[in-house]
Amino acid sequence: MADVLEKKEEAKDLLVDKQPKEPLFSKKNRKLLNDPLNDNNPITVQVLGICSALAITVKLYPALVMSISVLFVMAAGNVIVSLMRNFIPNRIRIIVQLVVVASLVALVDQVLKAFVYDVSKELSVFVGLIITNCIIMGRLEAFALGNTVWKSFLDGIGNAFGYAWILLAVAFFRELLGSGTLFGFQIIPDAWYLANGGFYSNNGFMLLPPMALITVGIIIWVQRARNTKLIEE
Amino acid sequence: MKALHQFIDSNVHPLFKEGSKLEKYWPVYDGFYTFLFTPGHTADGKAHVRDGVDLKRTMNTVITALIPTLLFGMWNVGYHHFNAIGIDATFFEQFLFGAIKVIPMVVVSYGVGLGIEFLFCVIKGHQIEEGYLVSGMLIPLIMPVDLPLWMLALSVAFAVIIGKEVFGGTGMNIFNPALLARAFAFFAYPTYMSGDKVWINTTGTEGMMAVDGFSGATALGEYATTGVSQYSALDAFIGIIPGSVGETSVIAIMLGAGLLLFTGIASWRIMLSAVVGGVVMGLIFNAVAPFALSAEQQAFMAVPFWQQLVMGGFAFGVVYMATDPVSGSQTDTGKYVYGFLIGFLSIMIRVFNPAYPEGVMLAILFMNTMAPLVDHYVIRANIKKREQRLALKTATA
Repeated sequence: MADVLEKKEEAKDLLVDKQPKEPLFSKKNRKLLNDPLNDNNPITVQVLGICSALAITVKLYPALVMSISVLFVMAAGNVIVSLMRNFIPNRIRIIVQLVVVASLVALVDQVLKAFVYDVSKELSVFVGLIITNCIIMGRLEAFALGNTVWKSFLDGIGNAFGYAWILLAVAFFRELLGSGTLFGFQIIPDAWYLANGGFYSNNGFMLLPPMALITVGIIIWVQRARNTKLIEE
Repeated sequence: MKALHQFIDSNVHPLFKEGSKLEKYWPVYDGFYTFLFTPGHTADGKAHVRDGVDLKRTMNTVITALIPTLLFGMWNVGYHHFNAIGIDATFFEQFLFGAIKVIPMVVVSYGVGLGIEFLFCVIKGHQIEEGYLVSGMLIPLIMPVDLPLWMLALSVAFAVIIGKEVFGGTGMNIFNPALLARAFAFFAYPTYMSGDKVWINTTGTEGMMAVDGFSGATALGEYATTGVSQYSALDAFIGIIPGSVGETSVIAIMLGAGLLLFTGIASWRIMLSAVVGGVVMGLIFNAVAPFALSAEQQAFMAVPFWQQLVMGGFAFGVVYMATDPVSGSQTDTGKYVYGFLIGFLSIMIRVFNPAYPEGVMLAILFMNTMAPLVDHYVIRANIKKREQRLALKTATA
C-alpha cells in the first residue's frame, strides 16, 4: 500500500505544470506571421508554388483573386488539420490532408463561379490546382500536424501573405509593362503609344510566362542582395 | 604614342591606384588602359604561353570580320530606302543615308551595353572583361533598321544583365548575348521585329513625303506567307534584299568568315556541319514537298536547298553566332553535332512555322541550351572507349 502511494506521489511530480498562457501575439507568434513575408518566403526562398505564380500573374486582378483564394484555403486548411491532428492516423495523413484541401478548393471554386465568373474563367484550371499547391501541402505537413490551432492559423495566414505579395508584385510589373494598365485601368497615356504618334510600346514579352520567371528571379536577386541572412556561403 | 603612354603611366595611373581617391573606378580605367596598350604586368612563376592573342585581340579580330557586313548593311539600307520612295540616288547618297541610320544603332548598343558592364564591374570590383565588344557590334547588325532606339537599348540591357551578368559575366553565359537581345526584341515588340513594314526605312527625307504602307517583306517572309518571292537567289547571295542590317549579303559574310577561319578564331567544324545540316534539311524538304499540307508550304518546301542557305539570317547566324566559343560545344565531336543540328533546325523552323521565319535565331538559342548535354555524352563516350581499351590491354597482357 505504501509502495503504491509513493509511486503516485512520484507520478504527480512527473506531471508537467500547466503551461502559462501565451499571449495571442507573443514574439513567437508574430514570427510565424512575419517570417514567411521575407526570410522564409514560400516563393522566393523555398521556391514552392512557382507554377501558379507564372500562370496567373499576367493581370493584377486575377492575381489578387488567386491570392485571396489561397489565403482562405491555407488558413482554413491549417485550422481544420490542426484540430484533427490528434485523430489522424499517421499512415493516411496525406490522404486526409488532400481531402480537407480539396473540399475547401471546391468551395472556393463554386464561390468564384457564382460571384466573379469572368475571373473564374480566366483562372480556369489554376483554382483546381490549388489542391496541389506545394505551399499548402507543405504547411499542413510541416506545421499544422504538430501545432495548436491558433499557431497553425497564424502560420497559414503568414504563408498566404508571403505568397500573395510576390504574386501581386510580379503581376504589377507584368500588367504595367505588358499591357500598360493596372487592375484594368489604363496607366500609360494613349498619346504615348507609337500607333498614336508617341514613342512607347507595350512589352509583349511581359505577357509570356518566361518573363514571369525572370521577374520572380529579379525579386529573388534583390531580396538576397538586401537580406544578409539569406546569403549562402 | 610613347609620350602619351608615359604621360598616362606617370600622371593618370596614380589617380586610380589602390588607396587613392578614384580607387573604386580602377576596373574602368584598367579596361580602357589594357584596350589601348599592352598590359605592363608579367606572369609570376611558370607561365604557359600558348598564343600571343589575348581576349581583347580575339574580339578585335571578330569585329574586323564584321566590318564588311556592316558597310554593306549601311549601303543596303540606303539603297532600299531610295528605291522605296522612288528617288534616284548615287551610291554615295545611299551609303550616307544608311550610315546615318545604322551608326546611332551601333552607338546605342555600345553605350548601353558597356555602361552596364562597367557599372557591374565597379560594383563587384571585377576587372572589366571585353566580352561585350563583339556582342555590341552584332546586335545592331541583326536588328531591323526601323527599330526604335529605346527598344534596342532595352534589348541590350536585358541581354547584358539577364543573359550575362547574372551568370557571372563574360565567359559564363549560357546563351549568346546578341541573340538573346534579338529574341527579347522579337517577343517583346513583334510588330517592330517581323512582318513586312519594318525592314525598309520609308520615312521622307529632304521634304519628300513619307511613303505609307510600302510592303518590304524579306525574301523569307514572302516565301513563308505566299510561297513565292520577288528576289532571286542571286539577289540574296549578293545581299540586295530587305532584312536585318547586316544579315543580307552572303558575300560580305563570306569575307568575314574567311578572316575568322584564317585566324582560327571561329571553329570550322561548326560552320561546316551547320551548312551540311542546312543542306540535309533542305534536301529532305525538297523530297517531301509533294506531300505538304498547303500550297504555300509546298512552294516553300520546294525552294532548292542551296537557295535556303543564302536567304535570311542563316549565313550570318552560322558564321558569327553559332561559332561563339562560350555558348557552343567545347569538344570537337560535339561541335559537329552542335553545328549540324543548328543548320538542320534553322531550316526546319523557318519552313514549318511561318510565324518565325527567322529560324536560325531560335535554332542557335536552343542548341546553346543543349550544348553542355552534347558535350556530356561526347565525354562519356570517350571515357567508355578508353576504359574498353584499358580492359583489352590488361586482358592481353
